[in-house]
Amino acid sequence: MTNAALLRATDIDKSYAGVHALKGASFELRAGEVHALIGENGAGKSTLIKIITGAVAADDGEIQLNGNAITHNSPRLAKQLGIAAIYQQPALFPELSVAENIAIGLEEPSLWKRVDWRARSGRASDLLARVGARIDPDRDAGDLTMPQQQLVEIARALGANAKILIFDEPTASLSEEDAQNLFKVIRELRTHGVGMIYISHRLEELPEIADRVTVLRDGRTIETCLMSEVNRDQLIHLMVGSELATVFPKKTVTLGEVILDLRQLGRSESGIHDVNLSVRAGEIVGVAGLVGGGRTELARTIFGLTPADQGEMLLRGKPIKIESAAQAIECGIAYVPEDRRRHGVILDLPISANITLASLDRFSRLGAMDFRREKEIAADYTRRLSIKTPAIFAPVATLSGGNQQKVALSRWLITKPSLLILDEPTQGIDVGAKSEIHALMTELAGQGVATLMISSELPEILGMSDRIAVMYGGTIVATLDRAEATQQRILALALGHLEAAEGSTPEESQSLRDLFAPVREEIKASGTTDEELLDQIEAAVKEVRERDRTSPQSRER
Amino acid sequence: MKLNRYKRELSAAVAYAVLLVAVGIIAPSFFSGANLRDLALNNAPVLLVAIGMTMVILVGQIDISVGSQFAVAGVAAGWLAKSGIPIPMLLPCLIVIGAALGAINGLFVGWLRLPSIIVTLAMLVAWRDALRWVTGGEWVQNLPANFQWFGLGQSLGQWLIVAISLIVLGIFSWTLRNLAGGRALYAVGSDAEAARLAGIEPPRVTFFVFVLMGALVGLAALLNAVRFSTVPSNAGLGLELKAVAAVVVGGTAITGGRGTLIGTLIGAALLGTIGTALTFVGINPFWEKAIQGAIILAALASDFVLGRLEGMRISDRGLRIDGAQ
Repeated sequence: MTNAALLRATDIDKSYAGVHALKGASFELRAGEVHALIGENGAGKSTLIKIITGAVAADDGEIQLNGNAITHNSPRLAKQLGIAAIYQQPALFPELSVAENIAIGLEEPSLWKRVDWRARSGRASDLLARVGARIDPDRDAGDLTMPQQQLVEIARALGANAKILIFDEPTASLSEEDAQNLFKVIRELRTHGVGMIYISHRLEELPEIADRVTVLRDGRTIETCLMSEVNRDQLIHLMVGSELATVFPKKTVTLGEVILDLRQLGRSESGIHDVNLSVRAGEIVGVAGLVGGGRTELARTIFGLTPADQGEMLLRGKPIKIESAAQAIECGIAYVPEDRRRHGVILDLPISANITLASLDRFSRLGAMDFRREKEIAADYTRRLSIKTPAIFAPVATLSGGNQQKVALSRWLITKPSLLILDEPTQGIDVGAKSEIHALMTELAGQGVATLMISSELPEILGMSDRIAVMYGGTIVATLDRAEATQQRILALALGHLEAAEGSTPEESQSLRDLFAPVREEIKASGTTDEELLDQIEAAVKEVRERDRTSPQSRER
Repeated sequence: MKLNRYKRELSAAVAYAVLLVAVGIIAPSFFSGANLRDLALNNAPVLLVAIGMTMVILVGQIDISVGSQFAVAGVAAGWLAKSGIPIPMLLPCLIVIGAALGAINGLFVGWLRLPSIIVTLAMLVAWRDALRWVTGGEWVQNLPANFQWFGLGQSLGQWLIVAISLIVLGIFSWTLRNLAGGRALYAVGSDAEAARLAGIEPPRVTFFVFVLMGALVGLAALLNAVRFSTVPSNAGLGLELKAVAAVVVGGTAITGGRGTLIGTLIGAALLGTIGTALTFVGINPFWEKAIQGAIILAALASDFVLGRLEGMRISDRGLRIDGAQ
């Protein structure tokens, strides 16, 4: 890391239609540095990034690149100056090949120039190799997984000789493993002198990747400090401005009857099998596991979207077969899906219509909508969940992520569910909205709602759950009590450390046991830090998976 | 705020008002009772079909087979009348026949999930050719005397046709706004998967919409047929274009999920008036199609521009409320 500032933004001011988004914010990026930029939604991160990438113009203040002030910034100029941004959702052309996607950003478009296909594909290979991605440049970008697409975007940015890379929540929808891969690439780029701005809501990952951190609040720079000198609580404190009493407002609730009871439940098409799980009234059961472990598939099966074809499902002790979402709703099951922008809410419809969509029957008499009651209930929930909006008939598209999620939740709360399934309820939303949703979950549990919470965030799982079910390979491999669960144990199970698992073949268990023996020793020794442990477990899992690939019969059950 | 919500409809209404005022100044005779009645009469069937088309487009589909269905239903009405069934019975019969024709489309599009443009294109050709084959191109003639104008006489019959069309418009307009089923239509058109997760069954909604579309075509075909003493076997040519155009000009988003029937009424009126208005103003009616085309393009362009403006407003609003996401 050199000390010369690569990029310096000083006293940036920006107002949108009377809203003061940035009030004299300052930011500095050095070459070869990963500089985290954090703050609640509305703190001004996105606006600052838009000003740096030339998408909007600042009202006041100065941006310097290598000591030279940039005037009349524009996306085109920023690109020429070597500033590139990688967003949470990769923006590639799905129908074009990887090589073409990379070329589009780099070649000067000209109608008459002949396309040099070989050079395109060669350059793509080189760039992809630089980010350590083994991707065939001739594949369609649409066929790639999301992490692969991200790597292609980074490769494209490198091809444009980017000196400054901006990552906007790059890990929000990545599995732990893919995130680690991305970090590896980021570390590699750092050694080549690329300056990187890293925006993330996952504070846990910052110590691992960031050198410095700048906290924005209400459009002002609150503090810039070395990452090694602050911990998570201090960062939250800086972001929120006041101490959060407890990060997780978990309360102990006397549990009621068993609401949901799954016995050997499975669906071959979705790859889930032999799921045994029960959830009692007032209980929050966390479902942990990696992406691909079968968590969302299980939720969709319980909710009847992909009906089960094996085993049994009991609701309040009565066997039931649920074959459509409509039937599930009738049975008192609610499902707040992952990826709320696409499926949790309908962006075109107003808040009020979104809230009543799953219970239209209750808001209509003889089929006619009762608009007064709809308005009342929408206003009531907007207030109770403190959904920030100018009007209840504003389209949901105008809300921020946290508020959209609250609308999605409201829709299901008014169905008065006895079983609430939450799929990544706080993914990609800011700390304030997050703790509001956690408080709401606690309140619901107090009212006797049985909750099944799928989450990729281990602190959330540990903080909110009474019991934790860990999924791996399409089934629940272990259910841990709140007291016995630790981050390490959950991770080990989620990564396929099947010591406590039932249902796998003896051979497979044995081979895994052998492989994980050294890891277990490490856990016992327990002197290591979480990160090291994680790396080791991951390495071991990769070995297992490698072996599975070479001898497929060991995976058959 | 309220006006803001209807700005798509509003721009069509403003265009229509400008047209009427201009015609009123240049050729006041345009507003004679007889002319207005003829206009309403000529456009009533298009309006009925456009009502159905609005719903089809709202759920994110399209039906280009309505013209052929219209011809089939018209000939069926003639045959039924000649077979001697009581004339008032034609009304329920034609609605059922039309619904059955629509159900076929609904089956393919809703339940088998085939693309509606292909399914209805196939039906457009299939019904048209089937009809030509069955009738041999002959018109239905020698209809019972009480077929024309339902036996009510010209003036009362004319009123009845216009009244039925407007009543149907009123009913559907109220339904779309006020029934839970109407809400389901908008939800499916906006995002079918999200609607499914909310417990709505998009295939059922889609099927039902195509059935309604067919029923409206059946009704329109009957109301059109009774205006004449014979039923042509080639009726409804280009009807699908007129209906889609009226819907789009009325501000309904071609991608589904947004739009109102009031807009469709304005759209149908605007496009239906142009031709006659040109004649009155003294412009060669050859220009009618070109001007209609220009209006459709303008409607789509304004839709696009409004969408862009809204997008910008939304991103601004997003910042104001809670940061841009």
